[in-house]
Amino acid sequence: MIITKRRRTLFVAVLIFVTAGCTRQPGPASALKPTGFGTALVESSGGKQIGATGMALAQPLVVQVNDEQGTAVTGALVEFGGPAGVTFDPSSGLTDSSGQLSTNVALGGMAGRYQLTARTSTKAQKSVELKSVELKIEEIALGYQEQVGFQLDNKYCARCHNPESSAERVSNYDNLEVKPHPFSEGDTLNKMSDAELTAIISHGGPALNKSALMPPYGYTLSKTEIEALISYIRLISDPPYHAAGMVYAQK
Amino acid sequence: MQSSSQSLKSTLSSLWQTLFGDPMRAFGVVSLLLLISLAIAPAKNHFSEWRHYQKQYLALIVSRGDAVTLQRHFHEHDGIQQIWLPQLGVVDRCTTCHVGLKEASLADVSTQPFRRHPVIPHTLDQFGCVMCHRGQGPATTVEEAHSSTLAWEQPTLPARYVQSSCGQCHRAPLTGTPQLNLGRNLLARYGCVHCHTIKLPDGSAMKPTDDPPSLEHVADKTTREWIYAWLKDPQSYAVTATMPNFKLSDPDARDISSFLIAASTSIAGDIAPVAAGGEVNNKDQKAPDPTAGASLYGESFCASCHAVQNAAGNVVGGDVGPELTRVGNKVKPEWLRAWLHNPRVYDPGTAMPHYRFTDPQLSLLTAFLENKTDSDLLANVHLDAATPEQIAHGKLLVTEYGCASCHEINGIKKPDNFAPELTRIGSKPLTQIIFLPGMTHAIPDYIAAKIRQPRSFGSALKMPQFTLAPAQIDALTTALLALTDRAHDLPMALTVPAKPPSNYQPAGKAGQLMADLACFSCHSINGRGGDMAPDLTWEGSSVQRQWLQAFLKNPGTLRPALIRRMPKFNLSDDDAKELADYILTVYQTPAFDRDSMPASGYPSAEVEQGRQLFYSKYACQSCHIVDTKTDKGYVGPTLTQVGSRLNAAWIYHWLKDPQNMRPGTIEPNRNMNDEDARALTAFLMTQKGSSKQEAKQ
Repeated sequence: MIITKRRRTLFVAVLIFVTAGCTRQPGPASALKPTGFGTALVESSGGKQIGATGMALAQPLVVQVNDEQGTAVTGALVEFGGPAGVTFDPSSGLTDSSGQLSTNVALGGMAGRYQLTARTSTKAQKSVELKSVELKIEEIALGYQEQVGFQLDNKYCARCHNPESSAERVSNYDNLEVKPHPFSEGDTLNKMSDAELTAIISHGGPALNKSALMPPYGYTLSKTEIEALISYIRLISDPPYHAAGMVYAQK
Repeated sequence: MQSSSQSLKSTLSSLWQTLFGDPMRAFGVVSLLLLISLAIAPAKNHFSEWRHYQKQYLALIVSRGDAVTLQRHFHEHDGIQQIWLPQLGVVDRCTTCHVGLKEASLADVSTQPFRRHPVIPHTLDQFGCVMCHRGQGPATTVEEAHSSTLAWEQPTLPARYVQSSCGQCHRAPLTGTPQLNLGRNLLARYGCVHCHTIKLPDGSAMKPTDDPPSLEHVADKTTREWIYAWLKDPQSYAVTATMPNFKLSDPDARDISSFLIAASTSIAGDIAPVAAGGEVNNKDQKAPDPTAGASLYGESFCASCHAVQNAAGNVVGGDVGPELTRVGNKVKPEWLRAWLHNPRVYDPGTAMPHYRFTDPQLSLLTAFLENKTDSDLLANVHLDAATPEQIAHGKLLVTEYGCASCHEINGIKKPDNFAPELTRIGSKPLTQIIFLPGMTHAIPDYIAAKIRQPRSFGSALKMPQFTLAPAQIDALTTALLALTDRAHDLPMALTVPAKPPSNYQPAGKAGQLMADLACFSCHSINGRGGDMAPDLTWEGSSVQRQWLQAFLKNPGTLRPALIRRMPKFNLSDDDAKELADYILTVYQTPAFDRDSMPASGYPSAEVEQGRQLFYSKYACQSCHIVDTKTDKGYVGPTLTQVGSRLNAAWIYHWLKDPQNMRPGTIEPNRNMNDEDARALTAFLMTQKGSSKQEAKQ
């Protein structure tokens, strides 16, 4: 009798705890009711950005929901996701009249590549069951060292190594007899060791039997600065440089 | 019920009997209890959180290639770890759980607390953890160390604001902290410090870098209708406007505009004769060539400082002066003409140079700029004549909103400390803050929310709404979070001070000319001035007189790829000579004598050797052009006439160590030997350019 009573109390207590634990997090998207359903999700802008750890990316991430004909779908529910530490503002929403949803992204606290996802539900024909399509977007977060490298690239290297011109900075790439390698050119740069990169930055092209058009920077940049530059080159490499560390993705 | 209490009683008495029935038994039981109670402390220690993490760490490293090394590192200091730095006030036990922070080989480990610390310029032993990350250093549980718990109110700093910690010691901009640098610039550029005092740890106050216009003569410049529209929404006039939106009601905006116009005094005496001189000024009379105004705008390099929003909505141009997209809606033609004639009459301290425009040029440019209008902007603004009550109410509002903190206004004194001081905002006690419902109770969230939407904390608050991008809000928050108690209380020896601001002032007539031409808006000399154009501190050692004088009269382009160039000011011969004399006499480096090497007469063998070095060993043609037929380098200045432009001794010393001649220049130091530097100098000095080429450029 005592035992059963105790057990009952215990049972009730456990039940209360369990339910309290369960009801703590309501479904995040429960407030939004999609009014449209698409079949495809495409990235409009904001992918492949280079940001800094923990900080908001400069441009918002914009995705678009399309139907089978490729026309934009209004009112489709899009949910964004990413590895721990990544925040989206908003993290989900309905597409606007042009079928797009824009979100401000802040990357996690560690330097590396971040794989983000956008997901929207598709209504399978003649079925109430919801399926979803997913879009993968990659962004890069620079840590302190890579950030220093990025600044140095901007100041010293980009004029020749970046073929893109801007109003503020006309690229010298096309003027050079021997074309420099853009820093994201992983196919070439990934094959070079850190020691080789250090040598060519410090002593110029001739150090590796390459063009003298690449001048030496060993008397201009410090050892730490050259290391920072290499860490940056490794991180933005496409395809990725595998020794550069982590790719963060949602588990 | 009765029976159950009866049975409980009997159970208890039998239990008592079993445990303490006889002395021996009682002694045994009490000893046992004592032992157990003594074991509580060691058990608590044994099952503590940090031991759990250390065990996890050992399990993690055991299967790694360098397990032995990692284990040795670990066992050198197991148990509770502490970094104690009395000077910094640091007592950090974070490394008790964050065991692998210093292990470079753990780069691939992503699970906390075992990640390696990313590479930074400081070591853990020198600075500890809380200096940068905040949180509670002495705590040994996860909750207490990281979160804002009951007794301790300092949670760890979110990664997005971590650069603020660098700003506690480093007062000058750092390469690795762009966000902090931006935030500090914004505090000054958006004029935050007009209203909020920010005292820096060295005792000086942060100074604004914006230059809000004086409104003492505003009626000469613009109309009441424009002021009204501007007050209602500054960004609808110019998207880049830094003036915040005060969310004024229609009557309030009407009354403020009435007051500002009524309080304005005229300086028309100076403007009238200039304005009268322009007949093309009349809008009905078209300029002879409609593109001539645009050409003059381009040739004068107005876009180096002023931006215009193009049809695609992009803002193109500099941000030294105001955006001009709709300037025709704002300024009166006669004012504009007088301003272009000599801006210093209306605003003696303006960053705008005094171009010596001719009368026809003034007319062209005035007509061109007056055409930059947006018909929608003032379409719905209809204001009746102001009544005295409205003017009086306007004055009241201007005082209440602290307009005079930024603008000079006749009859209103600049208020002191109009808004709360922010000197130690980064350490503001949470108990003094009223948070909004649903807000995280932490200082970064409070500051960011306050900047994002000041009036969300109460509609009666005066702080206006700024137009800021999310990244700018983060940057401002970062800069404000750096203003901590720690930043102020650190011994000066442990801080890295910023360069003290320079108030360098060139002397005499040349000094007046330089102020009139606003040289410091673009050029920097002796630590004062802008960074758009080259530093001129040692220009006198660098250039030849003839070239300098000709350049001041008619600036040619040295760097074809630049969109921002030295404008032509239409200087008189006398003024150009005055300036050249001053520059050549005063701006000389003590490092060498500029006449120590001859301008010509180098042996042809040496010149030829220099040519070889230029094209092969040093491959200077990747950035410079000597022969326009073969060379294409666009990074550095064109050197076709360098022999007529620069002094030989300057070239020589520049080649030996460019950064020593102009700190921060991007030309790499080639560690050149004396012989090579001399040969290259000889070669470059022969590059005189043909007079025809010169005329072309």
